[in-house]
Formats: sequence, structure tokens, C-alpha cells
Amino acid sequence: MATANVPDYLNPDSIRTGLSRRKMLDQVFVIVGLVLMFACLGILAVLFMNLVLDGSERFGWDFFTNFPSRRAERAGILGAWVGTSLIMLVTAFCAVPVGVAAAIYLEEYAPKNWFTAIIEINVTNLAGVPSIVYGLLALGLFVYQFGLGQSIAAAGLTLALLILPIVIVATRESIRAVPKSIREAAYGLGATRWEVTKDHVLPYSTGGILTGMILGLSRAIGETAPIITIGALSFIAFLPSSPITSEFPFISFQWLSDPFTAMPIQMFNWVSRPDQAFQANAAAAGAILLGMTLLMNAVAIWIRYRFRKKINW
Amino acid sequence: MIDTTSTRGTPESTLRNEEPARQPPAGVAAPRVSIAVDDTRQSRAITSVKAQVENLNFYYGQNRALKNLSIPIADKQVTALIGPSGCGKSTFLRCFNRMHDLQPDTRYEGSITLHPDNINLVGSGIDPIEVRMRIGMVFQKPNPFPKTIFENVAYGLRLRGVRNRATLAEEVEKALRGAALWDEVKDRLQDSALALSGGQMQRLCIARALATTPEILLFDEPTSALDPIATAKIEELISTLRDQVTVLIVTHNMQQAARVSDYTAFMYLGELIEFDEAAKIFTNPSKKATEDYITGRYG
Repeated sequence: MATANVPDYLNPDSIRTGLSRRKMLDQVFVIVGLVLMFACLGILAVLFMNLVLDGSERFGWDFFTNFPSRRAERAGILGAWVGTSLIMLVTAFCAVPVGVAAAIYLEEYAPKNWFTAIIEINVTNLAGVPSIVYGLLALGLFVYQFGLGQSIAAAGLTLALLILPIVIVATRESIRAVPKSIREAAYGLGATRWEVTKDHVLPYSTGGILTGMILGLSRAIGETAPIITIGALSFIAFLPSSPITSEFPFISFQWLSDPFTAMPIQMFNWVSRPDQAFQANAAAAGAILLGMTLLMNAVAIWIRYRFRKKINW
Repeated sequence: MIDTTSTRGTPESTLRNEEPARQPPAGVAAPRVSIAVDDTRQSRAITSVKAQVENLNFYYGQNRALKNLSIPIADKQVTALIGPSGCGKSTFLRCFNRMHDLQPDTRYEGSITLHPDNINLVGSGIDPIEVRMRIGMVFQKPNPFPKTIFENVAYGLRLRGVRNRATLAEEVEKALRGAALWDEVKDRLQDSALALSGGQMQRLCIARALATTPEILLFDEPTSALDPIATAKIEELISTLRDQVTVLIVTHNMQQAARVSDYTAFMYLGELIEFDEAAKIFTNPSKKATEDYITGRYG
């Protein structure tokens, strides 16, 4: 066999040594990836454990049912978690319909031209705007211009603006995941664009839309800056008025215009107190807020899993 | 690929051997685009034209994808479109139900006249949605909706405003029977259509199209994603469908065209090279290009 003409890189021996080196690099990458991933998870776990341990003496039913107090051991988060829940409700009600409608328009209806291209780029840009800027916008627009005041409605609308791009992007992704062949099948039977959207595209992408909504809300739930900007109270010893009343028509929207506090505000307030005892309250509230976020993410993952199992393209 | 010698040598036995009477007598050259001139099989003789394509041109932007196509589509017969990939046969098929209108920057010229009411399917005066409601389509890859089997078949009827449950049930059964699927799914109409096998899915798609009694049924390579057994079932189904509906089928499997079609059009680079009875095309084509293609010299 004339090996003289075979270049070195085709020589079986050098192929073998080269291959083992390349496979080793493959392994190195796996190890580096695993180490980095566990480092991130570890930091999160340590953080969470730290909060739980620091706040351990505060956990209990009273912590959820007490208003803030001057005495650390009696101070609770009632006003904060009710306020946060109501704000999230307003945020979801405002951001989801607008976000989903915008995404449907951009994906299904909008012609592809420079105008829609600009809209698309700016939707992505909106996701990168610092949250304090949304806070300032909301202060000028919702609080003063629209006269909503320092209310739950103003806070909910502000956070809705904040998560709108997240909802739009997530909805577009899941709408885009509906195969063209399914659309063609519906159009082929004589469906209009709206019928294709409401009978097929929307039902099949519900999983992704809900996931996007929950991920957006779990971003909004921890936002502090815009809420402070529009003037959340940090010490509040009353609840917003009840949405259900004893008098006709039994439903009241008075709570929308009530002042409020929220979980991050409450934490911030406690952390900034000189009394060391309040640090435990802040830690406990932090653990609960983190727990709420993780729970929402878990729900998002569960929804996605359920829908993936049902609809598998 | 078809073996040249056997195809050319024994046309009667190799192709359509189940109906040898269909073959024209050897040596008699049928005139091009002849309709029922020498069709000896009385039951299948063409008595009318369902649609007449006249000088059809189609453009994607500036790109002219179809060039001056003119061909009659025989009523209640199977017409096959064959040709190498990219020759425009799917593009041509999609003109019939105006699927191209879903893409921006597409344009039709010429006409496809649908008989008996003489409307131009590609004319600007007719709503593409009306066209799609009258002309059904079955796609290359089975594309059932991720809904129940029943809802898949009922969807076309629901679009037409049918709300009566009894009517829906009746029509769904009729369509599933028509697509030879009823016996396999009658006990699980409420199961997801995605649980069916590929061949069953494609027959479900045929049932879905049949449910609204289309005037023409378009098939865009309906068996290219299926195994041979499922393919055989679909082909058999297409053969039986010709009693109730005009069928236009695109295939790049020439043997399939030979097996199922009554008339065959051979296209190349957006042009119609030859159109004739299937038997004639596959045994005695009049154009060199057609002969080279069906004997496997290119394609």
C-alpha cells in the first residue's frame, strides 16, 4: 500500500488521536455546562434557604393575617399580599387581552411591510425598557393625567404595560408554532381568517399563551421600582374595599381606586428599618414572594406540559 | 421507475391490467385532448367537462410559474397531473381552490371556467372563500385538526352554519363511509384524530373534504407520506370516488397516476407538455419529453 501519498491528516493513527482529543473536548463541555448549571441552581437554593431560616420565627398564620405593626413580632403582610393579588388581577385583565390581540394581529393579519417591521422591533424594544421608566410614565399618565391617583388600578395598569411585550412575544411564538398545514386545512374548507383564528390558531396555542401570561405575571409580581414611583404606601393598616357588597348590585369596583401596598414594598420598608427584628419579617416576606413566583412558574410549566401532551404536531 | 421494455412492449398487461378494455387499440393514435373519442369503457365515457382551463398563467411576484395552460377537466373522472419536482403541478392544483390568495403578491391570468354555471374560478369577481367552499382539497401530509374525529369531519358543515346535531351526525357518518373509514372509527368518534394512523388520518382528511360535497376534489400528492398499504387503500378510494366527484390529483409517482387516473397531464417547467387519456400517455405518448419522463430518463 502506497502510504507515501496519503497526507498526514488522513493517516489512521492521527485520525484516532485527533478523534480522542475531540471527544475529550466534548466531555469537557458537558462538565463545564453541568458545573455552571448547578452553580446557578445552588445560588438560588442557598438564597431561598437563607430567607427561610432568617424568617423562620415569623412564619405562621398570624403573619398572613396581621397588618404591619411597630412591634416586629406582630407585624404581618395582610395588606401586602392582598394588594399584590389585586394588582396582579388588574394586570392580567389588562395585559392579556391587549397582548393576545396584538400578537394575533401581527401574526395573522398584518401585511409584511416596513410599518409592521417597525412595530415588531419596537415591541421587542419595549421588553428592554427599564421598569423605572414605566413607573415615571405611569405617574404622569395614569396617576395625574387620567386622575387614577395612587390606586390599585394605576399600579395594575403600570405593570400591565411592563409585561405587555412579554405576553405579545410569548403569544406570537405559540401562534407561530401552529403548523401552516393546519391553517391550510381550515382555509381549504372555506374558513375566513377570523374563523381560522378563533377555531384553530387560538385554541391550539392556548398553552403557550397561558404560559407567557404567567411568566409575565411572575416578572410583574416582584417589580418594586414602578410601584414606588406611582406612590405605593409602605405602612397600611386597612384593606382595599371588598369587591362584593351586601347592597345591590353586590359588586363594587371601589377597590380599584383604593390606595395599596405590595409585597416588595413591604419588604423594602422592613429592610430599611433600624430595628434588627424587622429583618426577620423582611426575610419571611421575601421567602413567601419567591415561593409565589416559583409556584406560578411551576403552574406555567404544568400547563405547557398538559397542552403538549394533548396537542403533539 | 417504469421498465422501458415492458411498458412499451406489453401495455395492456402492465398498466391498468384490471381493465384492459380501457386501452385504445394499438396503432390508433388518439387525437390530442380528445374526449371520449375512443373510450370503449362506456360507464366511464366522458360526457361533460367539469372545468375548462384556458390560457392560465400564474405569477409569484415577477416569476411566471405557470405558462399558458389549457386543459379540460372531465366531469366525474380522475385527472392526474404528473411531472418532475418543481414543474408547477402543485401550483396549478392550488389555482383551483385559490390557495395562492393566502400568499401576498400572487397573480392569475386566464381562466378556469367551472361548469355548469360558467364561473371563472380565478377571476377577480369571485370570492376565493366561495371557491374553497365548492372545491375541496386533500393535502400532501395528513393534516387533521387536533380535535375529535367527529369535529374534524363536521367542521366544514359547521362553517356552513349547520347546527342541527342529527344532521351533523348523519352527514359525518356519510362522509366517513364515503372515505372508507367508518368501520374503523365508528366506536371512537369522540377520540382525538391525532390518535389515528397516518393512512387513517389521510382518509379522515378525505372524509372532511367530502362532508361538504365538493364539486371538484383536489389531491396534492396524498400518499407521499404513507406506507404502501395505506397508499393502496387511498388509491382504491380515489377510484371509487370518481362516481360522485370530479378528482384532480397531483402525484410524482407515475405508476400511481397510471393506476388511478382516466386522464393525465404531463407538465414540465410550468408548461403543459401533453394531455391525453392515461392509457395513451403511459403507453404511447406523442411527445418525446413525455416518453423520456415516463420511461425514467429524467425526473
